[in-house]
This record gives sequence, structure tokens and C-alpha cells, in this order.
Amino acid sequence: MITITIDRHEVVVPANMTILDAAKVVNVEIPTLCHINLEGTCLKSNPASCRLCVVEVEGNRNLVPACATKCRPGMVVHTSSPRVLRARKTVAELILSDHPNDCLTCPKCSDCELQRLVRRLNCRNIPFKDGERMERKKEITPAITRDMSKCIYCRRCESVCNDVQSVGALGAVGRGFGTIVGTAFGKTLGDTNCTYCGQCVAVCPVGALTERDYAEELIADITNPDKVVIAQTAPAVRYALGEEFGLKPGTSVTGKMVTALKDMGFDYVFDTDFGADMTIMEEGYEILDRLKKFLAGDKTVKLPIMTSCCPAWVNFYEHEFPDLLDYPSSAKSPGQMFGAVAKTYWADKMGIPRDKLVVVSIMPCLAKKYECGRPEFKVDGNPDVDYSISTRELAALIRRSNISFDSLPDSDFDTPMGESTGAAAIFGTTGGVMEAALRTVYEVYTGKTLPHIDLDQVRGLDGVREATIDLDGFPLKVCVVHTLSNARMIMNKLRAGELDYHVVEVMACPGGCIGGAGQPYHHGDGTVLRARQRAAYAEDAGKQLRKSHENPDIQRLYQEFLGEPLHGKAHELLHTSYSDKSIK
Amino acid sequence: MKTLNFEDLTQLRKKAHAELNVRELSYAATSEESCGLAVGTEHIQLLCCGGTGCKASNSAKIVDNLKAAIEAEGIADKVDVIVTGCFGFCEKGPIVKVMPDNTFYTQVKPEDAEEIVKEHVIGGRKVERLLYVDPKTQHTVSDSKHMDFYRKQLRVALRNCGFIDPENIEEYIARDGYAALANALQNQTPEEVIEVIKQSGLRGRGGAGFPTGMKWGFARNYQAENKYVVCNADEGDPGAFMDRSIMEGDPHSVLEAMAICAYCIGANKGLIYIRAEYPLAVHRLRIAIEQAREYGLIGKCVLGSDFNFDVEIRYGAGAFVCGEETALIHSMEGKRGEPTLKPPFPAESGYNGYPTNVNNVETLANVPIILTKGAEWFASIGTEKSKGTKVFALAGKINNVGLIEVPMGTTLREIIYDIGGGVKNGKKFKAVQTGGPSGGCLTEKHLDIPIDYDSLTAAGSMMGSGGMIVMDEDDCMVSVAKFYLEFTVSESCGKCTPCRIGNKRLLEILTRITEGKGTMEDLDTLKTLAATIKDTALCGLGQTSPNPVLSTIDNFYDEYVEHVKQHKCRSKQCKALLTYSINPEKCKGCGACKRGCPADAILGDLRKPHVINPFKCIRCGMCQSRCHFDAIVVI
Repeated sequence: MITITIDRHEVVVPANMTILDAAKVVNVEIPTLCHINLEGTCLKSNPASCRLCVVEVEGNRNLVPACATKCRPGMVVHTSSPRVLRARKTVAELILSDHPNDCLTCPKCSDCELQRLVRRLNCRNIPFKDGERMERKKEITPAITRDMSKCIYCRRCESVCNDVQSVGALGAVGRGFGTIVGTAFGKTLGDTNCTYCGQCVAVCPVGALTERDYAEELIADITNPDKVVIAQTAPAVRYALGEEFGLKPGTSVTGKMVTALKDMGFDYVFDTDFGADMTIMEEGYEILDRLKKFLAGDKTVKLPIMTSCCPAWVNFYEHEFPDLLDYPSSAKSPGQMFGAVAKTYWADKMGIPRDKLVVVSIMPCLAKKYECGRPEFKVDGNPDVDYSISTRELAALIRRSNISFDSLPDSDFDTPMGESTGAAAIFGTTGGVMEAALRTVYEVYTGKTLPHIDLDQVRGLDGVREATIDLDGFPLKVCVVHTLSNARMIMNKLRAGELDYHVVEVMACPGGCIGGAGQPYHHGDGTVLRARQRAAYAEDAGKQLRKSHENPDIQRLYQEFLGEPLHGKAHELLHTSYSDKSIK
Repeated sequence: MKTLNFEDLTQLRKKAHAELNVRELSYAATSEESCGLAVGTEHIQLLCCGGTGCKASNSAKIVDNLKAAIEAEGIADKVDVIVTGCFGFCEKGPIVKVMPDNTFYTQVKPEDAEEIVKEHVIGGRKVERLLYVDPKTQHTVSDSKHMDFYRKQLRVALRNCGFIDPENIEEYIARDGYAALANALQNQTPEEVIEVIKQSGLRGRGGAGFPTGMKWGFARNYQAENKYVVCNADEGDPGAFMDRSIMEGDPHSVLEAMAICAYCIGANKGLIYIRAEYPLAVHRLRIAIEQAREYGLIGKCVLGSDFNFDVEIRYGAGAFVCGEETALIHSMEGKRGEPTLKPPFPAESGYNGYPTNVNNVETLANVPIILTKGAEWFASIGTEKSKGTKVFALAGKINNVGLIEVPMGTTLREIIYDIGGGVKNGKKFKAVQTGGPSGGCLTEKHLDIPIDYDSLTAAGSMMGSGGMIVMDEDDCMVSVAKFYLEFTVSESCGKCTPCRIGNKRLLEILTRITEGKGTMEDLDTLKTLAATIKDTALCGLGQTSPNPVLSTIDNFYDEYVEHVKQHKCRSKQCKALLTYSINPEKCKGCGACKRGCPADAILGDLRKPHVINPFKCIRCGMCQSRCHFDAIVVI
């Protein structure tokens, strides 16, 4: 431990601490812009390039960046001397001089870190506003909108895309004033190996990277009397949506959310959790099927089986590991299972023709937007899920629909596709799908009741978590990873024949869907993810039914319509196939 | 050739030294008497510059012709033609030197070769018309030792350039090459060698002037399974070619120094980061590496010791910022060439995260000779805090453009007037830019400062890597600042805000001023913004890029004010501020200007004085070049 002086305070800190973190100890909040450190995950970007966190260190010729300068014994730091304040303001003014400053109509208005910073630094004019500005073409993909005229070159997106996700679709291009984060050879994002995980959007401090907005399509459909519009809401949405309305992270707002959706004009509001229980039936039985074959000595069976709920992960292995497409489960994601059943089983029951039924999924995710358009998920060109909107878009629509969210009463989901178990509730966190699947796999395989329903070994936020489950003497080895760089590590091991698991769960976003790119912005605050995760487990713990195969509506669905898991109609509607999409 | 051990190297040196004797004698030659086979000289060597500059002036053909003439005369057994590195006097190139009388032929053409062979080599009569004429005395000077250009120079880093054949390792060995390495491996501990370098006072020649011995000590102190020695050969200053000349003229000095450094810090791998636009330097380095490997001077068990060291060349794409050591390392790692924050310094975490020592070419070239001649010898040259010599590339409006090496502490006046021969065309000296695009412009009042790292910084400029560009009264200082800033704006990696956007804004303000649209407020903004950029930029490039602006504002404030208030450019460089008119007294009405004007801006009837419409005039100067009567007036 060393002692340093920050402004008027003496502080004792570990020697390798940055000035930025040391200052927090004595309640000195140094402004930052490019820096992000989502504690509890590996999401960290620290290029020390925006130069807004500069501070004066006695004895140093130049100002130093607080975010990347380590404390030294006896260091005397001034975080708001006239020299620092002047420099910081000038740097902010320079950024503004190369920014459109169209805040009123920007999608990030009031949620923009630059805006917040400029207010804090009391910038009242832009001295260099007549200078040249980099105007760039806007790119709209099915999931992500890139408006690089707004880019301030903090390069958080580049760090996330390369270091956290190991995708490398985005990188710095060009030199000098024209430098920008872009794709190789200026390709459109769709022509790269981008997985649409959207983590670049999740960390963009300004409006350069945002979601593709489907609000106008949705309003048109809701107001169209010829259409029946139904909503399905993903597990992770309900314990993040409240943040948009000033509620504490981790507040579960399921009932209010359902009321709001009905007030907005959705004809029926169902739950993707129902789809999640279906996923466990299919994926769980697929695990059992492969295990049985494996134990019977079948050498051709592909193990480990990998989860396939996460659409960014699906894109990732189709792009990068086309030789290993036999390993992931063929089960569709919960949202797509729901869509497939809604447009057949439920639509038939209700007598609604397919072309009049609009299924909208409300997701914590941006890759789901892309997933909706996959040809595998369409019948005669009509998608099982018409489109997907994010948690943030839902919040914006609620506000726009004049709904006072705070004071809404609770409502229940519609039946029959509104009933779900605790197993589905935890789908939204890393480790949740694995835990849900194991609850079913254990009981079906052993015929016994699971002694401890909480599988603590697979919970948490560590990037890679392993566990061995005793299946009546058979040690089932499982592994849970989140972020695509961890997924790549697992896949490389698989390719090299060094992987010794039976089941692997992968989610692309840090923390799983709780950290999805469609969720309210966490602005680098890791406690937000942990609060959402706690809420997911609390919801599970509070449920009467906690195993997917015990969901009575699911049981009825299989009896009335689907038949046996993995077979017949279940196979036809709930499973998919993958193809080689490597970038040649 | 078998790989050498210590004893073999000593024997080889003795043998090789005999080959060089003719050249070594020339150092001692005191008279300007001519050698020649006819007057009894037994062995003659002709040195021809094979540097990039002279090669561009067809020196390869001169070599061919010399060889052909020697062959035709049947004197090949007595006369050698040797291609060397740069002699430095590029203004007068291509250069051919005759040994042992040290005759220095200038601006030689391929067709002169036969005459040199017949007259001088055989006849013993100098070819007078190819000799250098001293502009002051108008007398010819044949021995380069007696030329003003060389008299005040002291060639330490350039000791072998223009003297040995860079493609022949034995010539380097003859000049005590690899003796320092052999001695270090045999008789000195790494700490002892580092101590000698520390005592010598050698500082980094790449620009910042960090003490080299201390740098080596840091790298030695970090423990790691791998360490690297990197030679920074990414010379990027416009007009500078110090490092290129050393690599072209004496590549082994760099290799030997890298091996010594590796021995000291505990590395066994060396990397030379060189711009791919230096094909000749790359070629010579490749040959040098192959030869050194063949002789066992690098590779496994160097000179039979247990020290292993090998060198690899890495190519840069010519980004200026890659001269910054962290950017250079990232570029070698295959990443984007952009700097990262220091600390951690490369000595702690460099190439692929391993401790790495990065030294510039010229720094390395000094190392072997320091070890052979001793720290005291080196420390006796130079000033109190800057020891040894410095190589400069003299360019701009100066008579003797070329590469020079002078002891630290030499004044700018000595360099510009004595060595450089003064300003071209008798114009008035205005400023000298040192330190490349990150340096500053010094003026008349700075001419007598003994130059070293500290005095240049104190004067508002910097040593930099050694570019020195002389400007005369025709140079507009606002435009000069703008020129350098254009360079740094386009060479910025774009990473940090102050450099990416700040320098661009500085440039926009300067552009406004040169267009007559500047305000006095702009002058204040230039100063405050430049100060903030210096204070906040991430790397050395950004921190120094406003120097040309600040130093020109400091030293030429009047000129800035003139541009702003009077919309006048006294050097007539800022086109937008010029007014073209026709003096009716002189104009004959011939119409030549009118016909030549691309903007249709000239009116007038034949044989009557013409006039220029200032609103249409684009200030291209075409009328001026067309007028036979000197009637066009530019103010």
C-alpha cells in the first residue's frame, strides 16, 4: 500500500491502482469518456486516448491520463487545477467541433455520455465549430445502425469487438483527422463476420452505434385493425425495463410490463419463458439422446452438445467454425420456438390466418432482430417472429404511448402461452440455460427428484465455469462460458480434440442476456448486471414450478399438438439447421 | 568460410587490414601531390559513392565504366574499384575518391571514368575540372580533408561511411569491427559494458536524448524468458537521411551494437524495424546479416562463446508515428501502428509483452567505437550534458546540402556558414528548422548557441533525429508552420483527441491566416490551443507537433500580425494575399499576358497598357512568366 495526495486528500491505496480509481476512494470523480471497465466481466477498454481524464501530477512535465496512470508513492495529484480544467474543457470543445451536435433528434439524447460530460464541464460554446467535420454515410443493418458521423473515436466498440468478442469486425481505419472505427476495406457490417451481438452498441457512449429501430413498423401493425398483434417478452427484459423508468436495477416489473403492452394495443401478451420451457424439453431430450448413444458406445455421437439459444453465438459458429456445426443443439431459440408454435398451434386454435398474425418479440438482444429474418424461420416468406424490439425500444414506446409506467397495476400474461417455470426465468443469465436443462435432464435420466435444485456451481459471472453432475454414477461434465472470446477458446479446444465436456452453454454477451445489447445502458456499471442476475434467481426461487417438464401448459402442448420431444411435429417446428457462413 | 572464434577474428583483422592500408594512408597524406601508376604508386583504390543519392545520379554506371577502363588498360591487378556508402557531400555528388592521395572528384559523370583512369590512375595527373572549387578562394581543393565542408566535421557514427565497402564484412572487421563485441564476450560482464556506455554519456540519437546506458540497465533489470533488442530504423523526418546513410554505408556497426546490447540486457533476438522505402539499406542490411551469420558473428554460439543472438528485419510501411517506440513495437506485432501510454516502458513490457530495448540507428552506430576507444574518449567530445557527435542532414536553402557529423556544441553558425557554405544564391538567412516536423524554427539570434539536446530545447526547438532545414528571406514563416503542421496532421495516428482534432484546428487557423482571413484572436487561440495539445497529447508526436507553430509565433510574431492586419505576406508565398497588377509605364500592350491568362482576368487593347481584374485573378503567376517587359507587379 502507498500513500498519495489527491487534491486535499491523502489516500492509502494499492501501488498498482490507477489515479482514477484512487480518486474514487476519496469521492473525487474524475470525468472519463473512452474508459470503460465493467467490473465482474472482462469488458474493459483503456486506451487513454480521449484525454478528458487528464490530471496534473507534480513533477510531471505534461498532464497525465488518470484512467491509465498508476499511483506512485508520494504522488501529488491535482484533478481540478486551472491548468487541468482549461485543458479538459478544450479537449471537450475539440470533440464537439467534430460532432454533429444534433442532440435534440439523436437516438441517444439524454442517455449520451458526451452530453452528460459537456454539461458537467460547462461548455457553453464550441470555439472551433466552423472547422471541418467528418461526415460519414449511415449504415442500417437488420440489427445495428451505424451513424459514424457521431463517432468520437473512443474505440470502446473496437475493444469489445476484438478483445471481448474476438470477432474483429470493427477496427481503426485511416490516419489523422479522418481516422475512424470501421470494417476492413469499408465493407458493410453484413459482409463481415459481425455476429450482431451488439456489444458495440452497448458500450458506445454516443449515438454512433444504436439498435435498428422497429418502432414505426410496430405502431403501424398495432393500429392496423386487420392484424392480430401478439407480444412475447424474453426473460431478461422484465428485470431491466424498470431502469428506464428510474427504478433500481434488478427491480422485476413483469406485471407492469404486461399491463403496458396491453395498454399499447397488443392483442395478446405472452411470455417467451413459455418458449424457454419448450427449449428445455427439446434441448434436454437432445442431451439425453446423445448421452444415451454415447454410453451405448456410439463413436459418431457429437459431444459436447452446445446450447443454441443465443443468436449471436449461432452466427459466430456459422462464421468461424463451419466444420463443427454438428455439435450445437439443433433446438431453435425460445423466441423462435414460441413464434413457430404461435403461428401454428395457437393460430389454428384461434382461427387466425398466418398472414394476419403478427408476432413481436421483446428482447434484451439485437441479434434477435437479425434472427427474425433468417430464411430457416420463415414459412412461405412469412416469418415465425415478425420482428424483434429491444428493452430500450419498448421503454421508448411506453413513454410515447403516454403510459405512466410507475403507477401501472400488474396484469398476468395471457394463456395458454403465458405459463412458465423458474427454469425459464433464469434463461436470461449466463449459466441459466445450463441449470434449467440439468434440472430436467437429471430427473428424466435418473427418474429421481433433484436433491438440490439450485446448481450453484454454474452460477456467477466468471467467464468460464465448470461443474460435474452425478447422474446416478455417471459424471456429467458441463461448462458455461459467456462472451465470444471464451466461446472461441472452447471451440478451438474442441477443434483440437482437447475438450472434455458433455454439455456446454454459450452466451455471447457479458453476463448473458442480462447484459444484452438491447438492455438499458449500463454505462460501465458492473453492479447493474449483478443486480439483474440476482433478480433472475429470485424470480426462479419464488416460482412454484421450477422445472420445465413440470409446466402443465407445456405438457398439454406436447399431448395435444407436438407429440414426443425431438420427433414428428416437435422436430419439424422446434429444430433448425446451420450452414457454413464463413467469410471467404 | 568457417565460423570464427576469438583468435580467428584477430587473425582475420590483421589480414584484412592490409587490404585497407591504401585507404588508411590517405588519412595521413599531407600534401596534395598526385598518386599514379606512372609516378610509382603501387596500389590504387577508387572509391565510388554507392549511397542512394549518388546512385540516383547514375553512380553505378560510373563504377562500370571505371572497371571497364581499368580492364582495358590491363591494370586490374594494381587498381581496385570499391563501392562505398555516402560521403556526405551530396550537393557535389556523385563522388569518386582516389586513394591513397585522397583526391575528391565531384559531380562525376559516367563518361568521366575513362579520363580519371587514364590521366590520374595511370598518368598521375589530377583531372582538374572535376576537383572541388572553394567558393571563397576560387581555388581547387583536391584533398577532402582541406575542404571547409569536412574541416569542422568529426565522423564518429559515420566513421566507415564512404570509407569501406559496406557489402564486405572483412573491411568492417579491418576497421576494428566486431572487436568490441569480441572483447565484451571474452573479458567484460554485461554490467561492465553498460557502465562504459553510461560513463560515455551517450544519449539516444532518435530525438528524445535519453541516456543509452541507463536504458540498457532498465532492460537488463527486468527478468523474463525472452528479451528483444530493437533497432529503430523508421527514419521519418522529411529530408532526413542520417540513419539510412549509416545502414547503407556501415550496416555492420548496427549489427555489432545490437549484439552487444543483447549481451548486456540478456536478449538473444534482434529486430530491425526499417521502412520498406529504403530498399538499398534493406539490401545492405540483408547482406550484412548473412555475412555476419556466415562468419559466426551472430547466430548460435557467437565467436564460439555461449552467447546466442540473431537478427531479423521487419518492414514498416512508412508511417511517421511508427518511429515512436511503442507504436513501432505494435507495428512489428502486426497491430495498428499507434502509440500506447508509457509507463509501462518497452524495457518492462515491449515486443509481445517482453522486455525490449529500442535504440535508434545512429545511437547504435556509436556503441562499438565507444567500447573500443573508451568512454573517456567519447566523453571528451561534446558539451557537458551532450557527449559525442551528432549527424545532421543539411537541407533547404543552403549551398552544401548533405550529411554532416559534428561534435556536440558546434554552433549553428559554424554548421550553416562554415560547413554548409552559407545560404544559397547569397540570400539572407531567415531561420533554420531543427528537429524535423516536431522541432522549431530558430533565427539569427540563435546562431551562436552551441547546439546540444538541452540548448535546442531551451531555444524552443529540439535535437530530433537530426534534420536541419535552412530558410531564407523568401520563406514565409506562417506557411512554414503550416507546412509542418500539414505533415503532422496527416501523419497523426488519430488515437488521441488533441492530436487528431486539435492539430487539425491549428492547421485550419493557420490556413485562414495565410488566406488573409485570420483575426488577432486567432493568434491567441493558436497559442492556447497549441499549449493544450502539448500538455495533453498521448505520445511524443502530439506533444511536439505544435512546436513549429509556437516557435514561429515566438520568433516571427510581426509576420503573423502582418498577415492578419495588413493582409500582407512579405515573402510573397501566400498566394491569396498577393495582388497582381500591370505597370502601365512598362506595359507595351503586346497581349502576351492576356493570351496566357487561364482565368481570363486581363483586359486591354493591343498596344495599350493592359489591366488585371483582381476579382477574376487567381494569382497563378502566368502573366508574370509571359511578360517580356517586367511589367507585372506583385505586392
